[in-house]
Amino acid sequence: MCAMMPTRSLSEVWSEAEIVRRSYPNSFSDQMVADIYGNVEQITNNVLTKQGSKRYLFDQKLDDLVTSKRFGYPLMLLLLVIVFWITMAGANVPSRLLASGLFAFQDQLTLWFQWIGTPSWVHGVLVLGVYRTLAWVIAVMLPPMAIFFPLFTLLEDSGYLPRIAFNLDHIFKKAKACGKQSLTMCMGFGCNAAGVTACRIIDSPRERLIAILTNSFVPCNGRFPTLIVVSSIFIGGAVAPYTGLVNALVISGLILLGIATTLLISWLLSLTILKGEPSSLVLELPSYRRPQLGSVIYRSILDRTLFVLRRAVLIAAPAGGVIWILGNIYIGQQSLLTSLGQALNPFGQLFGLDGFILMAFILGLAANEIVLPILLMSYLSTGYLQDFTSLEGLRSVLVSNGWTWLTAINMMLFSLLHWPCSTTLLTTYKETGSKKWVLLSFLIPTMTGLSVIFIFTQCVRFLGLV
Amino acid sequence: MNLSAKQKRSLWQDHFGITIAAGQYGVALAGNPNVGKSTIFNALTGLHQHTGNWPGKTVDNAQGGFQYQQKSFLMVDLPGTYSLLAHTVEEQIARDFLCFASPDVTVVVLDATCLERNLNLALQVFEITPNVIVCLNLMDEAQKKRLKIDVQSLERELGVPVVATAARQGEGLIELQEKILQVASGALPTNPRQILYSPEVEKAVEHLLPMVGSIANNTLSPRWLALRLLDGDRSFLDSLSSFLGVNSCWEGARCAQ
Amino acid sequence: MKGAERIDALADLSPGSVCQIVSLELSGLLRRRILDLGIVPGTLIRCIRRGPSGDPTAYLVRETLIALRSEDAAQISVRTLLNGEECI
Repeated sequence: MCAMMPTRSLSEVWSEAEIVRRSYPNSFSDQMVADIYGNVEQITNNVLTKQGSKRYLFDQKLDDLVTSKRFGYPLMLLLLVIVFWITMAGANVPSRLLASGLFAFQDQLTLWFQWIGTPSWVHGVLVLGVYRTLAWVIAVMLPPMAIFFPLFTLLEDSGYLPRIAFNLDHIFKKAKACGKQSLTMCMGFGCNAAGVTACRIIDSPRERLIAILTNSFVPCNGRFPTLIVVSSIFIGGAVAPYTGLVNALVISGLILLGIATTLLISWLLSLTILKGEPSSLVLELPSYRRPQLGSVIYRSILDRTLFVLRRAVLIAAPAGGVIWILGNIYIGQQSLLTSLGQALNPFGQLFGLDGFILMAFILGLAANEIVLPILLMSYLSTGYLQDFTSLEGLRSVLVSNGWTWLTAINMMLFSLLHWPCSTTLLTTYKETGSKKWVLLSFLIPTMTGLSVIFIFTQCVRFLGLV
Repeated sequence: MNLSAKQKRSLWQDHFGITIAAGQYGVALAGNPNVGKSTIFNALTGLHQHTGNWPGKTVDNAQGGFQYQQKSFLMVDLPGTYSLLAHTVEEQIARDFLCFASPDVTVVVLDATCLERNLNLALQVFEITPNVIVCLNLMDEAQKKRLKIDVQSLERELGVPVVATAARQGEGLIELQEKILQVASGALPTNPRQILYSPEVEKAVEHLLPMVGSIANNTLSPRWLALRLLDGDRSFLDSLSSFLGVNSCWEGARCAQ
Repeated sequence: MKGAERIDALADLSPGSVCQIVSLELSGLLRRRILDLGIVPGTLIRCIRRGPSGDPTAYLVRETLIALRSEDAAQISVRTLLNGEECI
């Protein structure tokens, strides 16, 4: 086989090199790196002059505050609340405008369909199914995303995120995980699939798997609208003057719960199937930079908002059609949709939900964004909604379908703690290359969520609070 | 490596999953993480991008085309790395691409605010390929920190063209394209500075040099090959066998050990 | 380098003090990571700050801020410099 080879084969040279390597008391590899830096220093000595500047001082002062014992953690919390407050307060009005505009157009569409004389089932599938779901998805999702993503990109660009990892590393170390996991969780706020991909920054394979398996405990943008709407209707709405702030606090509390769950599950994983000790951390803390407003808006709107919205629309459109069909095919007295909902109902009730909610979550496997629209579609296929645009209207639909504050809290908890969407599962498969981890990334959050709402519901019912 | 244009196109396709058109110049973009590499990549290629993963790896791969002076270029964004000594998959990918795909031009993006750590990578690139341009990015940040870099002296020290840029402001990008064209077409010769190691390392290299010359069919720098052998870098020998087909003998050696 | 004193571990350095790397007792990928960042024997390094709960610690080396956990920094030997303030 070596006939074509030149005088010496690779293996011969390799063993020769091995002898040379062993004859040297130190490591050649270390020496080479040191030598490269020696060359580098020669160059920089000739070309670089440092004049000392206030710029370093600025970084230092900011870090003094951002990573301080006293203000480090409160500041992170404050930022969290502020980001969600701005998102929710800002999204309120545009959401209402979009809803009224889009639903007014629905009436116009209906008129056109009648004018052309299409059969009523075509109008049903296309307008009452596809269009109405799309209108929901856009009205509910677009405004919060268009506010949240630029805010998040601003934080990302400013250089603050690595400081979060710096502040939180010791907590993750206690959970036998890596501080960089907090960065992947930050990405998860945008999209869990992106969060799973971001786990590549974690060097240790064990810690990377932990980060991948627990990423869905941070709510992604597809889930925020569900949390926001439910919280606005049942909690924020109850304390009229401070609605926005209360909602921001509720959402922040849920996120903290998600973070606590992440740490707990990471720790449990480290004790069981991903046994091991925390490895090392090498974290670069880059200089703060003033974000470029133009590029922040461009990137967050084009790359993120429109990307996520497109995905949601692509999945929501057919799902809306299917829901309408299910709601309008009757077997005996009941529509297929109602039968399905009733079949799931006993199971849902056990966990303080109902059959339709469970069905919406199951269909939401395709994309979390469609959970709330599908739920409303299901309720509406049997009832009427006069006022599409106010929370009061939504509230009456939910209450007339048997919702209590317990249902609302369970809905939010389960939205926070349940299986990842199909895109995230697919990404997990791509990143880990193993079906076993995909299955676990499905089961772990699902079992956690079901346990939490089951215990919560049974406790509340036992105490007779509902 | 000295490959025909056609061989090169099929090598890019087969080993790196990158489709380069006939007559298109291949430009590699290397640099540390967080130096504004993707800002430069986006500014030059705009919306003409193709993103995916490197074949068989979970590492992002982005390619994009751009035109300058009626010439067509394909830019390949290599993973951001601190080094090319191949201790991580990212480093291995970057090294293999520079080594075996032999791009027409390699642009090394440096962060002007921490020159030393960035030159570490640049000097390692110089060892692999001669057609290099250094892009000194974040000059605006360096100015704010009152770091004064003498670009002309740096050019002299390094032996390759140095372009100062502030990519976020769009400064210096035309000059960068001009230099890419000049180096790609051979109009601007480069002579990158080679690392001088300490006497012990140099002596060991001398010792191995006569043996390695013929191994890579004279397609790689023998000095660099000798250095990798001294480094005890197995991953490189694995790449060498898969790219140049020196496999059977090397596999034997692996089994024997 | 004047003012050289005794050999310490990097982890024992208090914020504000400057030292010079003597050797790395680390192994594997971490050792290479640290070396590639330019933390090689002879390099000056300044301890900048500790995290809010005392760990990790951020060090300034070659104009970049790098955070390391105390377990890892404990395996880097350094020589403390008394008059190193102007050096970095």
